[in-house]
Amino acid sequence: MEFFGQPKVDWLGKKWYFLAFSLIFSVSGVLSLLFWHHLPLDVDFTGGTVVQVKFAQKPDIGRLRDAAQKAGLKDAPVVAYGAAANDEVIITLPERKSGESQLDAGRAAIVSALTTGYSETGKANAGTGKLDLDNVSSNALADWLEQKDPEHMGLGDNATVRYTQQAGAIIDYRDHDHSGIIASINNLAGVADAAVLNELKQGAYLSGFSIRNVEIVGPQVGEQLRHQALAATLYSLAGMLIYLWFRFELIYGVAAVVAVFHDTIITVGAFSLFNREISLTVIAAILTLIGYSMNDTIVVFDRIRENLRMNRREPLADLVNRSINQTLSRTVLTSGLTFLTVLSLYIFGGEVLRGFSFALVIGILIGTYSSIAVAAPMLVAYQDWRSRRGKSAALPVGRRS
Amino acid sequence: MRKNLTQKTILIVAILAVCVLGITGIPSGFSVSALKQSILSRIQLGLDLKGGTHLVLQVMVNEAVGTTTDSDAEHIKEALQQNGIKFTSVLKPDAKNHPEVIQINGAPPDRSSDINGVLSGQYAQEYDIATNANGTTWTLTMKPSAIADIKTRALQQSIEVIRQRVDSLGVTEPVVQEYNLGSDQILVELPGIDDFSRVRSVIQSTARLELHLVLGGGPYTSEQDALNQLGGSVPYDAKLVQTAPGVNPSGWYEIRGAAEVGGTDIRSARVSTNSNTNQPEVDFYLTTAAGDHFAQFTSANKGKPLAVVLDNKIQEVANIEGQIRDQGEISGGSMTMQDATDLAMLLNTGSLPASLHYLQESTIGPSLGADSIRQGVMAAVVGMLAVLIFMLVYYKGAGINADLALILNLVILLGFMGYTGSVLTLPGIAGVILTVGMGVDSNVLIFERIREELRAGKSPAAAVDQGFAHAWTTILDTHVTTVVSAAILFLFGTGPVKGFAVTLTAGLCANLFTAVFVSRVIFDAHLNKKLRGEPISI
Repeated sequence: MEFFGQPKVDWLGKKWYFLAFSLIFSVSGVLSLLFWHHLPLDVDFTGGTVVQVKFAQKPDIGRLRDAAQKAGLKDAPVVAYGAAANDEVIITLPERKSGESQLDAGRAAIVSALTTGYSETGKANAGTGKLDLDNVSSNALADWLEQKDPEHMGLGDNATVRYTQQAGAIIDYRDHDHSGIIASINNLAGVADAAVLNELKQGAYLSGFSIRNVEIVGPQVGEQLRHQALAATLYSLAGMLIYLWFRFELIYGVAAVVAVFHDTIITVGAFSLFNREISLTVIAAILTLIGYSMNDTIVVFDRIRENLRMNRREPLADLVNRSINQTLSRTVLTSGLTFLTVLSLYIFGGEVLRGFSFALVIGILIGTYSSIAVAAPMLVAYQDWRSRRGKSAALPVGRRS
Repeated sequence: MRKNLTQKTILIVAILAVCVLGITGIPSGFSVSALKQSILSRIQLGLDLKGGTHLVLQVMVNEAVGTTTDSDAEHIKEALQQNGIKFTSVLKPDAKNHPEVIQINGAPPDRSSDINGVLSGQYAQEYDIATNANGTTWTLTMKPSAIADIKTRALQQSIEVIRQRVDSLGVTEPVVQEYNLGSDQILVELPGIDDFSRVRSVIQSTARLELHLVLGGGPYTSEQDALNQLGGSVPYDAKLVQTAPGVNPSGWYEIRGAAEVGGTDIRSARVSTNSNTNQPEVDFYLTTAAGDHFAQFTSANKGKPLAVVLDNKIQEVANIEGQIRDQGEISGGSMTMQDATDLAMLLNTGSLPASLHYLQESTIGPSLGADSIRQGVMAAVVGMLAVLIFMLVYYKGAGINADLALILNLVILLGFMGYTGSVLTLPGIAGVILTVGMGVDSNVLIFERIREELRAGKSPAAAVDQGFAHAWTTILDTHVTTVVSAAILFLFGTGPVKGFAVTLTAGLCANLFTAVFVSRVIFDAHLNKKLRGEPISI
């Protein structure tokens, strides 16, 4: 099977179209960065508190906002997280200027807003001393059972072992099989013993929400991470330039780095355009892209170099065209296959990796395009520029590999 | 021309076997569950998959400097008194901003040489000593090297104390180490913790237990009230401290600034029940030296009130009824059995030399981790199947070759992780998926080149030979660039992101072996079976 016969496309003849295309995408990204959504940064970088909560039923965002407001959390954004069917929300508290010792207060306020402000069962059971089975830890549940002793085992190691095991089974049922939420205490029938179940029915309730994730980042750490992310990206680009300089010639390295920089700008711009937050894992994806986008460019450059050695008379534009056409099938196939896996990650990988896979989905498409439409034409443009200045018209062949 | 592939085949099979062993370990039995158990014990899951807490703590090392100068000032005062040298005060002029400076005021100029005698030795080693022109004020400034020493020691000691506390809570495989992103920071990772509020109070409590003499009256209703009663300011050697929540009567007390018994004077502590109130309480025992000092102090101050101060909050105020040598108890407040147990444990593990501030916390609930694993595995399986099927359809016979190489690539990657004890994180799973996608690129580069050579009319054997030879440099270049960015990621990244960099790098290195070497051997073995010039399926 073959997708591409032997294409004879005049790629360089279309360079103005490419230029227009690249400009539209990068300029709109940059404009969005400057004037629209700016650079949406995750709590990793901005500092602040983010609490991710899953609900048993569809959460009422309006009522959640009210509850947060009443708990003294002014303007804390409450937004749905992931697919609507997940019934999850994210509650964000922006960075507190008041100092790092106060970091924990925000989380406590959110938890109390949820327990006594939002959850109906939580309100009803406030102050009764009953156990919230949706948020209790396995240790606390075991202690509680041991104290209530529904199986009349008395004190001692036997009771401890028994109740620890029962509590473990219940928490395992909740966390591993049901995403942290128990629909009804009756559902625990096969999980816990009858006596324990009875005790739970009397002394426990279900608040209908479960705290899945808490991120608290102090302003100092946020700042450190921002600097690091920027430094890592720049070092990565510099590393590429040096390697290609070493393997080919400086102009190849410059052309490849310009192409990759173009990919990075467009990818970051896409995050701004779609108002998606850039987190630490997104930075990881962007660094990976910097490395991976090089691949297609190197495939094309390798072929250009090989053809230059064999035929030094052919006009450079024709030679570059021929090289792109010769390698077109592998450029498209390699990117396509990686794209396939990244797409699978985007679709099935869950909300936590969504930003990461989004960066790769965009980046791989743009990276393939740029190795044909940006990097290779740059080599030709460079040579034209040199010949206009009356210097040697030949592109350096580069070191033998 | 037939090639002898025996050695190469043996090498590949051996590597395969070693890597499979790396993934599975030696299972305890032959059942599926025993195998699963064994695999899980070798491939460690990261916090984001297992659930747990990641903390970055700042050690307020300046406090440790302040504590040292506090006690030095106290000792200097005593030494001066013992030598019969009169002075107005020994104090720290700017304790908040310059905890490293001690000042002796109103010293008699005619006894300069005696003062010098007192300060030489230990103090001269640790402090730069200066005196004003007429010799009445002496200023001791701690040397930078001594400050650095104290700070390093405070950091190391904090790490040690936190480790002991975490261990005593029964957290499995915790990480407590210096965090190199900032200065004087500690990274704490607690996998599988689901009772976080308790853990954090246990970690953060400095557990500095001190006994102070209560001066003046009290309790005052507020700090302002206390100041008013004391005539506007607190004497330099005293301080105002509030009672802990739940302590009755509550309010503010004026206590002597220097503690009679300090955090390092506690030898051991245990939980007991008060025989009168039946409330839980904590008994503590002093070290011998501290006991001697305390016995002297209590007999000299009989009838006076004494405050038990824990982490700068008064737990209890009681009158000294007689000489006490080495034992005391803390009750007070609404201490539960759990509070008492934790407090005894904290006192036993020793106090932190300085307080801790939370800089960052990330708590992943176990339910989120379980969902992440499910989704990650799903994405990996779908992505991998898509690639395997595509290769089979597009390259037919050679597709089998690529698929075998790809599977071996994964086995080596997982085996490597098993041997090195690398931690598998969610981004790490993404790294595995990307390895599949990028790894197969090498096969595509080789196969396309072989097709090209075949089109140019070369024989299958020659085409395979040329295909590998030409594609090799390209493959090497592409791998190096990706590994360079992964290495930078490893250097700069933290936690889960580091896991991604490790899996991606290991996967790509394994890919060089599988896609180039293994794939070649399979091709050669295939060609060996064919007649010269018979076409190959690609």
